[in-house]
Amino acid sequence: MGKLNIGDKVILSPQGLQQLIKTLWEEGYTVIGPRLGDGAIVYGEVRSIEDLPEGWGDEQEAGRYRLRRRGDKALFGYNLGPDSWKRFLHPPRILLWKAEKTPKGFRITHNGHEAPRYAFLGVRACELHAIRIQDKVFLQGRYKDPIYMSRRANTLIITVNCTEAGRTCFCASMGTGPKAHEGFDISLTEVTGDEHYFLAEVGSERGSEILERIEYRAAARDEVSEAEERVSRAAESMGRSLQTEGLKELLYQNYEHPRWDEVAERCLTCGNCTLVCPTCFCTTVEEVTSLDGGSSERWRVWDSCFSLQFSYIHGGSVRASPKSRYRQWLTHKLATWQDQFGEIGCVGCGRCITWCPVGIDITEEVKAIRENAVKKV
Amino acid sequence: MGKPKIAVWKFASCDGCQLSMLDLEDELLEIADHVEIAYFLEASRAVVKGPYDISLVEGSVSTPEEVERIRRVRRMSKYLITIGACATAGGIQALRNFRNVREFMSIVYAKPEYIDTLEKSTPISHHVKVDFELRGCPINKYQLLEVLNAFLNGRKPNIPSYSVCMECKMRGNVCVMVAKGIPCLGPVTQAGCGAICPSYQRGCYGCFGPKETPNTGSLSDWWMRLGVPREDVVRAFRGFNAYAEEFRKEGERLGE
Ligand code: SF4
Ligand code: SF4
Ligand code: SF4
Ligand code: SF4
Repeated sequence: MGKLNIGDKVILSPQGLQQLIKTLWEEGYTVIGPRLGDGAIVYGEVRSIEDLPEGWGDEQEAGRYRLRRRGDKALFGYNLGPDSWKRFLHPPRILLWKAEKTPKGFRITHNGHEAPRYAFLGVRACELHAIRIQDKVFLQGRYKDPIYMSRRANTLIITVNCTEAGRTCFCASMGTGPKAHEGFDISLTEVTGDEHYFLAEVGSERGSEILERIEYRAAARDEVSEAEERVSRAAESMGRSLQTEGLKELLYQNYEHPRWDEVAERCLTCGNCTLVCPTCFCTTVEEVTSLDGGSSERWRVWDSCFSLQFSYIHGGSVRASPKSRYRQWLTHKLATWQDQFGEIGCVGCGRCITWCPVGIDITEEVKAIRENAVKKV
Repeated sequence: MGKPKIAVWKFASCDGCQLSMLDLEDELLEIADHVEIAYFLEASRAVVKGPYDISLVEGSVSTPEEVERIRRVRRMSKYLITIGACATAGGIQALRNFRNVREFMSIVYAKPEYIDTLEKSTPISHHVKVDFELRGCPINKYQLLEVLNAFLNGRKPNIPSYSVCMECKMRGNVCVMVAKGIPCLGPVTQAGCGAICPSYQRGCYGCFGPKETPNTGSLSDWWMRLGVPREDVVRAFRGFNAYAEEFRKEGERLGE
């Protein structure tokens, strides 16, 4: 077959997908994709299509997740689990540098980072959006994060559009899904039924080079429309929604809304919502000395605005009350993020709703504030 | 300057935390290079007299003799660090604090008149000033190493007081409460163990005691929604850290 151009659409069989995975490994990529974990779909190394969660789906509600058998052979028939790609681009714990004491001061002995070469398989549209939000956080402006930068530059992205939405999803109202429009190397849409195939769209030069090395065939017009039809059905079956109009002003004018007290009664300040959120980026640094104090390591570790240490300054924590911590989280995601990075910091993936141990729902909280706002926006 | 002198003391306890220290094996040799282990009966009968730079105290105060002894230890120590749930919260033996200890004595012992005990088992901090409390039943040996290291180097120990959930998520576990409906104390319990139980498909038992600002009431409500009977929720809070203030109050609130 001839050369593929950006925007071209072709059909892959499941065998073609198998070849795609194999080719990526041969090209030196570590392929990360969905796998069946202990009770949920998680992201891990995928060496063949056998590793993918064939026939598995899930049911989600606020504070509740259950795997379920779908009754078909879908490889990507699940909605999001607790993992996000930030685990790989912005790892939970990473060594920044090491230093040794010298007679005059200290000497840096390690500050290099070996960036792995990842191929992400199965990135959802909202997740791609979240990666692009983190790109702004880490790469925009004067101080760029070298760890994120090198990992991100090495990463190949294969999106898989959602053909079903979860009960806690609200990407449609955030304008981030369910279809990925740009920013991928290859985009897939899975169609199950009498024939099991993937509609593949080329998103980049790198993507076309990889696709050219595997078996594909031309896409018939009805195959394209069938795939598109399924994606739009996902948009209509969205479990939740969030009204974003005037959101920033609404929240800025309602810092003293009684709803914050009510949610603080329930909130455990456990931090789960921030760690599962694909856009939350906060970290702390830990200094680890050797026993004799002759050398030291500096580690960067995920932190959360729900911890007291997060806002600790001399004399105590600025956000001592759980109320102020929940308010920080919600208003950062939806309002102050806009001032900071020029867009909303939430992509509507629903993870914080499903994985909150007591089922606190960001869309419900906003609704309650809107209904009873000091000043309606 | 000579090597700092360290002493390890035992009060009412099972010795498990001291064993965690012996368990450090490789690191223990390095520790011995930098400090003088001056008093550690679990490891050696050789004793060097005080004062000591750091005293590690295991166990709770549960007899009149111990009340006196902890005061002597305090006087001999520059820094006093308590280790484990007994020393920091009163331990499992503090379950007697919720009952009449005289009754137990008459049931358990043939000659209760030989027993000299206090009404309550209490944490060391109820009796003397404590410089740092290291939680756990037992403690995590790497956390102990970190605390010693920090004190020796005059820096802040990296011992977070946030939830077990933070460690659980960083480790990449799937939440057992959300995905399986297994009741878990992780959201109200302080990190430190590395979320061991959820890593093996069990709910957290609360070995490290209450986290900072724990919302025990909200978690209890959720457990009951998951179908856990009220008396079992009380039992969950009445574990190794039953007498830690927030767990004690939650147990009492639900028990009423
Ligand atoms: S705030 Fe919640 S719904 Fe929004 S991106 Fe984060 S985890 Fe997803
Ligand atoms: S919501 Fe909290 S943890 Fe997330 S990015 Fe904002 S401050 Fe950081
Ligand atoms: S909103 Fe839920 S997940 Fe987030 S800190 Fe509160 S209880 Fe934990
Ligand atoms: S399993 Fe337990 S400790 Fe882990 S996130 Fe869930 S509630 Fe928290």
